[in-house]
Amino acid sequence: MRQDRISLSHGSGGSLMADLIDEVFIGSFGNKILGALDDAARLNLPKNKIAFTTDSYTVKPLFFPGGDIGKLAVCGTLNDLSVMGAKPLAISVSFIIEEGFLISDLRKIVGSMAAAAKECGVWIVTGDTKVVGRKEADGLFINTSGVGTLHDGMSVSCRFVKEGDAVILSGEIAEHGVAILDSREKLGLEPKIKSDVACVYHLIKSCLGFSKYIHAMRDPTRGGLVSVLNEIARASGVGIKICENDIPVKKEVVSACDLLGLDYLSMANEGKVVFFVDSGKAKSILSRLRKNKLAKKARIIGRAVKGRQVFLETRLGTKRLLPLLEGEALPRIC
Amino acid sequence: MKYDRIIEKFKDSKISQRLLKDINKVKDDISLMEVCGTHTVQIFKTGIKSGLNKNIRLLSGPGCPVCVTAAEDIDKAIAIACRKDVILCCFGDMIRVPGSKASLDSASANVKIMYSPIEALGLAEGRPDKKIVMFGVGFETTIPAFASVLERAKKQRVNNLYILPVFKLIPPAIRALLESKYVNIDGFILPGHVSAIIGENDYRFIAREFNKPAVITGFESADILEGILLLLDMIKKRKPRVKIEYSRSVDSKGNQLAKKTIYRVFEKTDVDWRGLGRIKNSGLRLRKEFNGFCVDKIMNIKIKTPRNNPKCICGSVITGAREPSDCKLFTKECVPGHPVGPCMVSSEGTCAAFYKYGDKNEAG
Repeated sequence: MRQDRISLSHGSGGSLMADLIDEVFIGSFGNKILGALDDAARLNLPKNKIAFTTDSYTVKPLFFPGGDIGKLAVCGTLNDLSVMGAKPLAISVSFIIEEGFLISDLRKIVGSMAAAAKECGVWIVTGDTKVVGRKEADGLFINTSGVGTLHDGMSVSCRFVKEGDAVILSGEIAEHGVAILDSREKLGLEPKIKSDVACVYHLIKSCLGFSKYIHAMRDPTRGGLVSVLNEIARASGVGIKICENDIPVKKEVVSACDLLGLDYLSMANEGKVVFFVDSGKAKSILSRLRKNKLAKKARIIGRAVKGRQVFLETRLGTKRLLPLLEGEALPRIC
Repeated sequence: MKYDRIIEKFKDSKISQRLLKDINKVKDDISLMEVCGTHTVQIFKTGIKSGLNKNIRLLSGPGCPVCVTAAEDIDKAIAIACRKDVILCCFGDMIRVPGSKASLDSASANVKIMYSPIEALGLAEGRPDKKIVMFGVGFETTIPAFASVLERAKKQRVNNLYILPVFKLIPPAIRALLESKYVNIDGFILPGHVSAIIGENDYRFIAREFNKPAVITGFESADILEGILLLLDMIKKRKPRVKIEYSRSVDSKGNQLAKKTIYRVFEKTDVDWRGLGRIKNSGLRLRKEFNGFCVDKIMNIKIKTPRNNPKCICGSVITGAREPSDCKLFTKECVPGHPVGPCMVSSEGTCAAFYKYGDKNEAG
């Protein structure tokens, strides 16, 4: 490529756009379906029960400890499919790029998208690029959509949780939220906290032998653990009790949250899963999960109980409610 | 790492459970005030509130800087931030506080959220075309950072940085509370962060003049419970004193360097507190040598005396005279997403804490 920055011509449909698609996108994502450059991807799906999802990514900064917007955009959509009990097959990517964006940065981001898709065995089969003028977007926005086929024998929904079900959390929480805040606001936290962004498909796949005992799965992204628990409680009509002492979280993450006046239970994650499972099989599922590198610190953190509320048994042995956050959490003054 | 391990002790559940048990052996009706907003939140968050017997009442005091800022000062900040040549730098939880007509995030204001005042200095250097105004909000904890930034700006001859100082000092507010007899308070849980700066000596009047005990307390569950226990013991023995529970961060003299920095740049003055009115020597203004940084020097902003919503009882909540649930607006018109009064805005505000963790839907 001759230029080192994106210009409006890269989105105009002319030769510059063709070069960009060839060199940056096809070069990294290369596969037969995308390479055909048709208006839509033709897919042969092995089954007719599919899951389909979409998500847009506007994270700031675009590069952060542990990942970048590209990895996030692929893993996020793959995770949404995975927690629905689907095997992800193909995804689309759509870029909205601000004029002046560095092509070298775009290459890096596209490279991490390709790596994340490859790791999960998924093809990026169709895409789109738009360039907007300066100040009309914040660098780069990415949308990804994905399809996957549903695993036989697994039927999960946020409505299927029953009283008595055990709640399993796959690992230490709040790392993505803290890492983003630290790098966006240049807080200089030490030690550096990395985002946990990762694709959870293989983790969930490792539990397929327990399919009929898994009633619901969720990835606790925005709003963190508290949001997931409240959504499940509302949809399934159960109460949920979790135990503060059992929640896996790094000390440095707790310290960072204490310092900023934020609640680690409400901070975002991008590579975690909350499982709601038959209590009789909870321990077996837990030991299976722990064999995966993403879930070495998995714990049973609580259970579904009578009622409609989500509450926490504190370290003090008392109880307090865990209601949904209203509005954005603002760091405090002192 | 060593310090980490010390902190872990204060989060230790067994130690905290034992302290709670001892507190709950006391049968007298006792009202204690936690002055600091961080304490209010921690008392809910760690489950202390739901674990205490009903005879031990914890009242929240005027220790949330957002909550005690007078509406007039917020109106002034909004008016400043609406000028095209200005960028107003303020802390995050300040932007939603309602003034008399709008808040900083709803008015068409040029606002930059800062985590530390030093960011404002960087912004001033990077944007010579703009006037950078720091909204100087906070107690003794945050004031030294503002003072040191102004000293640095003076040294570097930065000529587009200004400050709207509405700082508040804690000891005069406690005196005002005790003198006014707003509420019946048997003892004070004093703020840890503020005290790390000012030390113990400035609080001695609480015991000497008003015969009330007070304990400078840390923020982990065992800190707060030990603080309460020390207060109960002094109340029982009728030997009021000012004690330091948070001794790992606070000593009697405080942080001399920080205090000197404050008073090289600022001097005491009378200011208005939301809920408490005008209190003598409870705020700060720039000293003569630093007057060039005063925002009033470059713009003449006149603010009409604002009207607060007459139904809002934030004023009484701040003084511990009434609880959020006594307010007709609480959880109805006034919720965190749409706050009417300042106590619902800050995550450390009493109403926001009650809303999030509190009695409106007590855990079963």
